Amino acid sequence: MLRIEGLTAEIDGKQILKGIDLDVPTGEVHAIMGPNGSGKSTLSYVLSGREGYEVTGGSATFNGHDILAMEPEERAAAGLFLAFQYPVELPGVGNATFLRTALNAQRKARGESELDAMQFLKLARERMKALSMSDDMLKRGVNVGFSGGEKKRNEILQMALLKPSLAILDETDSGLDIDALKIVADGVNAMRGPDFSALVITHYQRLLDYIVPDRVHVLMHGRIVKSGGPELAQELEAQGYAAVQAAA
Amino acid sequence: MPAVNETIETVQSVAESGYKWGFETDIEMEFAPKGLNEDIVRFISAKKNEPEWLLEWRLRAFAAWKTMEEPRWAAVKYPPIDYQDSYYYAAPKEKVGPKSLDEVDPELLKTYAKLGIPLREQEILAGVEGAGSVPAEGRMPVAVDAVFDSVSVATSYKERLGKEGIIFCSISEAVQTHPELVRKYLGTVVPQGDNFFAALNSAVFTDGSFVYIPKGVRCPMELSTYFRINAKSTGQFERTLIVADEGSYVSYLEGCTAPMRDENQLHAAVVELVAMDDATIKYSTVQNWYPGDAEGKGGIYNFVTKRGACRGARSKISWTQVETGSAITWKYPSCILQGEDSVGEFYSVAITNNYQQADTGTKMFHIGPRTRSTIVSKGISAGHGQNTYRGLVRIGAKATGARNFTQCDSLLIGDLCGAHTVPYIENRCVTAKVEHEATTSRIAEDQLFYCRQRGLTQEEAVGLIVNGFCREVLKELPMEFAVEAQKLLQISLEGSVG
Repeated sequence: MLRIEGLTAEIDGKQILKGIDLDVPTGEVHAIMGPNGSGKSTLSYVLSGREGYEVTGGSATFNGHDILAMEPEERAAAGLFLAFQYPVELPGVGNATFLRTALNAQRKARGESELDAMQFLKLARERMKALSMSDDMLKRGVNVGFSGGEKKRNEILQMALLKPSLAILDETDSGLDIDALKIVADGVNAMRGPDFSALVITHYQRLLDYIVPDRVHVLMHGRIVKSGGPELAQELEAQGYAAVQAAA
Repeated sequence: MPAVNETIETVQSVAESGYKWGFETDIEMEFAPKGLNEDIVRFISAKKNEPEWLLEWRLRAFAAWKTMEEPRWAAVKYPPIDYQDSYYYAAPKEKVGPKSLDEVDPELLKTYAKLGIPLREQEILAGVEGAGSVPAEGRMPVAVDAVFDSVSVATSYKERLGKEGIIFCSISEAVQTHPELVRKYLGTVVPQGDNFFAALNSAVFTDGSFVYIPKGVRCPMELSTYFRINAKSTGQFERTLIVADEGSYVSYLEGCTAPMRDENQLHAAVVELVAMDDATIKYSTVQNWYPGDAEGKGGIYNFVTKRGACRGARSKISWTQVETGSAITWKYPSCILQGEDSVGEFYSVAITNNYQQADTGTKMFHIGPRTRSTIVSKGISAGHGQNTYRGLVRIGAKATGARNFTQCDSLLIGDLCGAHTVPYIENRCVTAKVEHEATTSRIAEDQLFYCRQRGLTQEEAVGLIVNGFCREVLKELPMEFAVEAQKLLQISLEGSVG
């Protein structure tokens, strides 16, 4: 499970996270909702180890590992996956090459055997079929010339291949039409099980109609101000963040 | 498993971490005395039992060289070279036809082992009798002509090529066996007095490769030469001449590694290519000579003149180079597009890390009508590396409808390195079209983080991104080389980020 205690972090000396406490037990999907600038993306970057985000206090452990002490790639090999809000383009790097390199890097780090090109292709095709994606996604450069929807679907494909035990989805729903939203939600729902947990970060309740969370947390001004069941998301949608803040 | 695959895999495992090919073989040398004068030129010529015309040819080159000055226009810096403080002839002691590897100089075998050359190829390289007669199975074989120091130790696959009428041997041998061909083409693309280093090479070249592909023949295998610099203080002056007669095709691979040493070593090769009507020559280089240490000490000076002449109509010459080694690279593989509708191509990746300097590019001379050229240059600078693309596209008055497309991309890693682009365009023909595109970029922090979040280490991420940046060039390389080149790119940049 993921356990965050009293986590504070800053960017360029400006404090963004002001003491986050959060438990995500294995097998559960938690949603984090909050307005712009509340620290949602910062939380996802701090947990995944991006440079420039300085942890100033508190702790975060994942299955007992002190993840804040690990390199980003070590966190990935330990099962942490971040679906990016803005997936990055890698010109000239084929999607298949990228995915195979990533999968094998993680397998190697975990002491598992690496997949050869044929084994990988078989696996990738299987996963793509399940996600109703076409093969040519593999042949293209990583995210180069992808539409917003395609980029997000590519993130979900990567998640399906890498099989993380903890997925953080950073506003994966932003800019998606309803069909793409469903594909993304199906991808996450297909992963759900006793060994998988997820932190779904979103502005809007809409995504949570398709990925029904076990818990919903409201993040404002760098703190979790309210937690509840899936109904909290409906409440936010109806009343807005201001009302929640006033009540909290 | 075919020997080629074995070689590649072994080379890969050898190359896994950093530059491991720094070693020196102690083989009894038959040195000419240090220094350069007319007697040395005569000594080399006599040593190689050359005909009178070639000696005179060398002497004319030497006379020209004496009047010339080292070029200073390249954006590279190095201490003055004392040309009198070097040996110009060194060769491994002669061994004729050993019966097995047991009879081959163990030092030589050690060198091969460190290079990761599999046993069967070692036998061929060392000239073990009968070793080359076994036909290679499986994929396209590679014929190897090894230049060990100055003299080609052995030439392989000769018989098989011979059936097609193809000549592939050391140039010294060609002088003896096919003097008419050598005399007809030698120096016709790069004349003796072309430039300082070419003149030096012409005077003292000791060996190199010679290839002749007869009319209408498609060479059935990739031809390959391993160049190694091995004797202390011995500059290497290879001379390579490739002639593709009408309607023929050949793909030639050149790959280099060199032993580590402290003092700088001069290397001034000349490569001449001649393509007749409808002939195609593809010349690929992966250059991985010792670049010097992290402080910039040591390393090879690579001052090379490479030029191809598309003499015939519809002929094509394609240069592909991956330059990761050498302390200094000064190299401009060029094409003279004489034949109508002839095509010149230049695909280049040049990496400079630590204190490496590269001034490289190409020259495309459009002379015939409807000649076309493509230039794709990818420069990568890291550490204190300085990387210059210098290119010339010259379109003559008769080159109606000529076309050129040039793309120069530079990638910077870190903030102490430099990238420079110096394109010259001279157009005397109103119907010609010339395009030039250039970009300079950095490896972005978000790209690195994206890769690392997926499980790649920082260095794997840099390797992947750089390989992506170079993809257009790497895809021009023959399969075996492409794999090796990708590894090299990553190795060359180890420690450059972070």
